[in-house]
Amino acid sequence: MQYLNELKEKIKENLPELDMVVGWEQGFDSLRASPLFMRTEDDVDKMIWGPLCVHNLATYLPSLKGKKVGVVVKGCDSRSVIQLLQEKLIKRDDIMVFGLPCTGVVSLRKIQDNLGSLDYIESTEVDGDSLNITVDGTNHAFKLEDVAANKCSRCQYHNALLSDVFIGDPITEEAEDEYTDVDEFEDMSLEDRMAFWVSNMSRCVSCYACRNACPMCVCRDHCVAQSRDPHWITQEDTVQNKWFFQMIHSMHLAGRCTECGECERACPVGLPLLLLKRKMNKEIKELFAYKAGTLIDAKTPLLSFKVEEDNINERGW
Amino acid sequence: MSADSGKELRIVGFLCNWCSYGGADTAGVGRFQQPTDLRIIRVPCSGRVDPLFVLKSLVNGADGVLVSGCHPRDCHYSEGNYYARRRLEVLKRFLPVLGIDTRRFEYTWVSASEGQKWKTVVEKFTEGIHELGPAPVIDATMIAKAQILAATAL
Repeated sequence: MQYLNELKEKIKENLPELDMVVGWEQGFDSLRASPLFMRTEDDVDKMIWGPLCVHNLATYLPSLKGKKVGVVVKGCDSRSVIQLLQEKLIKRDDIMVFGLPCTGVVSLRKIQDNLGSLDYIESTEVDGDSLNITVDGTNHAFKLEDVAANKCSRCQYHNALLSDVFIGDPITEEAEDEYTDVDEFEDMSLEDRMAFWVSNMSRCVSCYACRNACPMCVCRDHCVAQSRDPHWITQEDTVQNKWFFQMIHSMHLAGRCTECGECERACPVGLPLLLLKRKMNKEIKELFAYKAGTLIDAKTPLLSFKVEEDNINERGW
Repeated sequence: MSADSGKELRIVGFLCNWCSYGGADTAGVGRFQQPTDLRIIRVPCSGRVDPLFVLKSLVNGADGVLVSGCHPRDCHYSEGNYYARRRLEVLKRFLPVLGIDTRRFEYTWVSASEGQKWKTVVEKFTEGIHELGPAPVIDATMIAKAQILAATAL
């Protein structure tokens, strides 16, 4: 919470020129944060900042197009902003980015796995790198790194990559990301992998929260999952349909996904959806040496080509 | 489209109108003997082939999918196959994470004059799919098995 006061000051300073600033406030209990749309100075005072601010607020930007919007971003969120700018889905002049250095956010699912239920949270305190949660009269202490989201342990972009106002001291250390989780998964046999997805997708409730939370899913009402023409997905409640939707999501995010993990976080039944996108990104990185959301001027690899590809081996028959 | 049970498998082929479909036609006109497992869908260009065509076929029971277009530098629309190449290569590398055998999908380039080459492609690919056998069918039994497998894996 160390930079909160400075952040509030900066937002108040810039608020008159902006229609709104998007940040976080406390949600319905002390553990849950909720997105906050600040229009007045009183709103700004409600803002919070810390490891509980899990949401990627860049998700709101395309729907607020045309308005002057400020947005508070962590390192990973800033990649989504960059990717949206690269695809010209938002205008640089219309947005003001308040960047922060982030040491990691919590995974509510991990906390829930430890506590059993998150229904009776009485108080939550973040103190340095520890998290104290009081549930039903008993205190539970966690180390932040133990309950941090998986993306945080391999974070390479702690600081916002793009910002108009940067608050705090940049974090210099960064982790390596060798996609070991993808490799480990692929060490399983082919049958096990398919069984893994089939059993997981049979739990899917087709709520499309993964799509709605995704900052790069900008089609909204025109999503192919619900269109009749083309009719990719039938109205039948089958595993094939649900699984195929995840394939659509992955293919449509090929070379665009910034791995913010919102799909997985938003999933009410806890499906490991980010794994598919990370696999896609791993291959994109190997083939085209490209990482989405790092450069505004770059071109998405699947929308460009080289006559002689460097890493694609033409198949001879 | 029920396959001749026991002998035939279901292979879907997406062929570009200008080269590969012509190549397949040349093979036919030349009366080359070819396996009959392949069902051909003609598309305007290999760039028309959305990777989702392939995925949807594989998820819904196709045993193999073959995409074929003009050779690079030969595309009727100049650059369609360059885009296709990138997409299809990404798709091919994406399949393992889904638990689908990459050998069930292949893409290649065959020109309209290469009747003999088309025959080779079809023979080789069909042979490969026959070695793999029919693709796993996602039905109630398979889902139940998968759920048990997933429960024991935890």
